[in-house]
Amino acid sequence: MRRAGGQRRTLAETVTGLPIVLADVAAAPGGVPVLAGIDLMLDAGGRTVLLGPNGAGKSTLLRVLHGLIPPSAGWIEWGGATLRPRGQAMVFQRPVMLRRSAAENIRYALDLAGINGADADARIAEALDEVGLRALANRPARVLSGGEQQKLAFARVWALRPEVVFLDEPTASLDPAAARSVEKIIVDIHRRGTTIVMTTHNLVQAKRLADDILFLHAGRVTERTPAREFFAEPRSVEAAAFLEGERL
Amino acid sequence: MNTVSESFVLAAGLVTHFDPHLVDIVFLSLRVSLTATFFAACLGLPLGAAIAVGRFPGRDALIVVLNAMMGLPPVVVGLVVYLLLSRAGPLGSLGLLFTPGAMVIAQAILITPIIAALTRQTVSDAWGEYREQLTSLGAGTYRAAMTLLWDTRFSLATVLLAGFGRAIAEVGAVMIVGGNINGVTRVMTTTIALETSKGDLPLALALGLVLIAIVLLLNSAAHATRGWAKAHFG
Repeated sequence: MRRAGGQRRTLAETVTGLPIVLADVAAAPGGVPVLAGIDLMLDAGGRTVLLGPNGAGKSTLLRVLHGLIPPSAGWIEWGGATLRPRGQAMVFQRPVMLRRSAAENIRYALDLAGINGADADARIAEALDEVGLRALANRPARVLSGGEQQKLAFARVWALRPEVVFLDEPTASLDPAAARSVEKIIVDIHRRGTTIVMTTHNLVQAKRLADDILFLHAGRVTERTPAREFFAEPRSVEAAAFLEGERL
Repeated sequence: MNTVSESFVLAAGLVTHFDPHLVDIVFLSLRVSLTATFFAACLGLPLGAAIAVGRFPGRDALIVVLNAMMGLPPVVVGLVVYLLLSRAGPLGSLGLLFTPGAMVIAQAILITPIIAALTRQTVSDAWGEYREQLTSLGAGTYRAAMTLLWDTRFSLATVLLAGFGRAIAEVGAVMIVGGNINGVTRVMTTTIALETSKGDLPLALALGLVLIAIVLLLNSAAHATRGWAKAHFG
């Protein structure tokens, strides 16, 4: 994306990719049907947590929302466009780091977003400060611990300043202290105006972080409810059974 | 004819005294094979990465062909290059036949599929790990391929060493297109073949020792590189 003056636009300046609208979306990654009949609208500013049993399709839905998996039926729009906008980021359960330093991993992401030079330097320093990895800036990313790598993945997000970030069980492989630390980073990212969409199996964490809950069962959204209401009195039988620890 | 033990003693003497004839042959071998590896790398690395990351019609067939070409018979490659470079051939006007240039071409043709196929496998494995993250960050096919080439550089160094090892140990193709001319196109392997057939074993053995030393050195370098990279870059 280039302007007349030759300057490239950055992620923060991109045309908004919200709301994200899904209409009767189905997905079958690898030919295996996972999602069906998903109608959904995600607007700006919220913290939506996807809950549901294993195999319900949470991670697949997250990837569809992020544009990594194309729908096999139905359609999806980001801010009215059918092409995925650039103002999105995703943190995976197991972060993938390039064989370069922590700082250079962030720089790589910024470079892809068209952010270079002094602006990139400032963002890298700020992001590493935010997640507490400033001292490890020059350490090869792949020799960092699992928790540090996950924090670095969040630093990458912090530096990119996306308008929406998708988090796929971001604390699943972390110890409790690291998980709480990552939760704080998620709250900070949201405070800066980034919309959060995440999956988790941790109900306590969902209670702490969610504005609203999107409950999936067998590839379908069975309910979408404000978090307080969901945990007090879920509307669907499937969600009630899930909260009770029962298997339907 | 010398006895075997006498030949070994004489061979060791040639090596330890840096016999000028032997040194010339070793240097010509290194020059030819390193140049061939350079050109094969220029072609094979991007080709392998493109096949690993790209999705296009005929990709599977191309992978099968590439893998099959890893087993190209050197004498067949030598014959084809000979026909191309011979005076009556389409490239005869270049006057390359029976020159080191012709040997570089033959060796490059021989090892390009090896480098490309091993690169494809290495980059493909990495792509499986990186695909979602790079796509999420917005890397297109070209950028992803370049990123993976850089990120797998230590494994690819081993691939290049494998290609170089195959090139320097090859005899059939360079014999045909080089002609084994003394002082011009006589390399280690062709000299070993010639001297052995003449019954003059010391030079053949000396070159054999150097060749084995080079192969050992290459493998040691590859092993050390992998260990160092694992410790420093994960």
